[in-house]
Amino acid sequence: MELSGGEILVQCLKDEGVEYIFGYPGGAVLHIYDALFKQDAVKHILVRHEQGATHAADGYARATGKPGVVLVTSGPGATNAVTGIATAYMDSIPLVVFTGQVPLPVIGSDAFQEADIVGITRPCVKHNFLVKDVTKLAETVKKAFYIATTGRPGPVLVDIPKSLTDPAIRIPYEYPQSVSIRSYNPSVKGHRWQIRKAVDLLATARRPVIYSGGGVVLSNAAEGLTELARFLDFPVTNTLMGLGAFPASDRRFIGMLGMHGTYEANMAMHDCDVLLAVGARFDDRVTGKISEFCPTAKIIHIDVDPASISKTVRVDIPIVGDVGQVLADMLEMLKAGDKAVQREAPAAWWEQIDRWRSVQCLNYDSASDKIKPQYVIEQLWQVTRGDAYVTSDVGQHQMWAAQFYKFDRPRRWINSGGLGTMGFGLPAAIGVKLAFPEADVACVTGEASIQMCIQELATALQYRTPVKIVNLNNGYMGMVRQWQEFLYESRYSHSYLETLPDFVKLAESYGHVGLRISKPAEVRGALEEAFRLRDRTVFLDFLTDPTENVYPMIEAGKAHHDMRLAPGVSPDTELA
Amino acid sequence: MRHIISILIENESGALSRVAGLFSARGYNIESLTVAPTQDPSLSRMTLVTLGSDDIIEQITKQLNKLIDVVKLIDISESSHIERELMLVKVRAVNGLREEVKRLTDIFRGNILDVTASTYVVEVTGEKSKLDAFIQTVGEDNIIEVVRSGATGILRGERGLSL
Repeated sequence: MELSGGEILVQCLKDEGVEYIFGYPGGAVLHIYDALFKQDAVKHILVRHEQGATHAADGYARATGKPGVVLVTSGPGATNAVTGIATAYMDSIPLVVFTGQVPLPVIGSDAFQEADIVGITRPCVKHNFLVKDVTKLAETVKKAFYIATTGRPGPVLVDIPKSLTDPAIRIPYEYPQSVSIRSYNPSVKGHRWQIRKAVDLLATARRPVIYSGGGVVLSNAAEGLTELARFLDFPVTNTLMGLGAFPASDRRFIGMLGMHGTYEANMAMHDCDVLLAVGARFDDRVTGKISEFCPTAKIIHIDVDPASISKTVRVDIPIVGDVGQVLADMLEMLKAGDKAVQREAPAAWWEQIDRWRSVQCLNYDSASDKIKPQYVIEQLWQVTRGDAYVTSDVGQHQMWAAQFYKFDRPRRWINSGGLGTMGFGLPAAIGVKLAFPEADVACVTGEASIQMCIQELATALQYRTPVKIVNLNNGYMGMVRQWQEFLYESRYSHSYLETLPDFVKLAESYGHVGLRISKPAEVRGALEEAFRLRDRTVFLDFLTDPTENVYPMIEAGKAHHDMRLAPGVSPDTELA
Repeated sequence: MRHIISILIENESGALSRVAGLFSARGYNIESLTVAPTQDPSLSRMTLVTLGSDDIIEQITKQLNKLIDVVKLIDISESSHIERELMLVKVRAVNGLREEVKRLTDIFRGNILDVTASTYVVEVTGEKSKLDAFIQTVGEDNIIEVVRSGATGILRGERGLSL
């Protein structure tokens, strides 16, 4: 079979089993778009801005576990995609991004729409390639998918000069069955001796905590984690990226930890004697002050990326390997019962945790006549029976969604944790909805974030992806306003959005349904109506209390037990 | 602590900038960096001299290993090794200095590669400290130009860095 470069790329995608490609055409990729036009196996989703393409592919990848695929043109097309690539990189999401490039002979001459995208993205991709020979194209695509999806996943960019896709040049095509890269051999099996040591330590723990992160989701290890935690009867706290990896409805779940984590999770971290860190990376938003992080704990850390281990916090028992495999090995050893699990001590620990829990750190003023954002999320959880895919943007609304939507399953909570990218939520929701057309998909956002990728409302109409946009509209960049209130004596420097569009009319002009909700009593009904309109995208503009803050809060650089609690919530001083 | 890290890396365009970019992005020090193809033209060997605490060096080696183009690496300064650097020095050679520099070059087991009425070009190889000592001994005032290759190194004995 002889194909042109453009046809080869499309054929590679078919052979790779790619369902959707998110993109935007332009000069350097026109040959490829022509090849796309002549087939219908790979469905192209036309976004309205290249950032949206990367976020949509990212949302698709997070929800399905399959790689997200993007196609954009050279120069500005490629640079617009950078924010989305960096977002995926920080959260270890498998993306394969194809960028057009100016023809090989003119590379380096400052040609029209030329940008050194391989150079620009080098620090925010797992790997990237500039293909210089069309006979290497298929092999490079295979490598890109292999690298993106194995080990610690991440985005891989493939830059394709226009001259390689010239329809006049046809070469024999064969997609490689497998690929081996001598310099890349991700280890999956944890060291047996290290696992043994970890199991022995877990068995004798008196005040254990399991701290699990996005790695558990990425490795599809939620079941293994849940089984281990239940077998040991250990408390589990999830990072922002790990929510859903352990069921929030299980009594062993003590909530999210870190800057806006629960009182019980952060106190338990501070007082624990054995910490089992699973697929988590000791991010600064989680650890707070490093020198006071888990001061009395022996730390076990399971991660597929050796560079994540002892990067910020020195650990006692490192285990490099795929989280799912290592957890299975651990469980097997524990069940073999060589070392009996000490059960009396954790009982006292549970009593302590339950006392911390009784502080009810997430309480808010539910009698207020203003719409409390927390209430909206609680109602969203109820209306969707806790079973929706929830994407979010970045800020207060993101934290409230993380705190109040109780995720029982992995891959349901889809947000930009590492990079903290405003504008992520809407395109990500479109990607999720394409993957799961029958599922409820909500995008929890704020009036500031949503405007960063609002143009994708048009994409949502074109591809009939009826997502529900839950806009917690308080007129402010809420998290900025909160920091300014706490740390800058309420000097609200440029965090108030004086002019906002009429979101209801805006939604309508994009062909969607818009609803404005200004009273607490209307919240439930509006959400029910939105989800009843199964085939419509609904923009729910909730006018919420502009003074509400996210609690608890550990200010940057403070320790876990140094939390700012909500007004009216008092710490358990007797036990502190 | 000063560490010498030897790296086998795919001989591909962009590989060097991946390494250099890693160091600047993560704020690590590079004292020197040399790179050239090996006897296997698909591989380059890089010698990177860096400064840092044990924790930093551990992160540097892990982060380097994470680069897809890095095939293998070793911190040769952790074992018995040989370090060499090449230096070319253009020295003012007039009056009494002509004889003095010639004598110092012999002591440092260097070679004079170029002679003019007023200058020598001297070649010296050795460890960093030896080259530093030569410059100091000749005297900075007498030196017109210095070019140093940066350190390269190899492990002693059977052990080594190869595929």
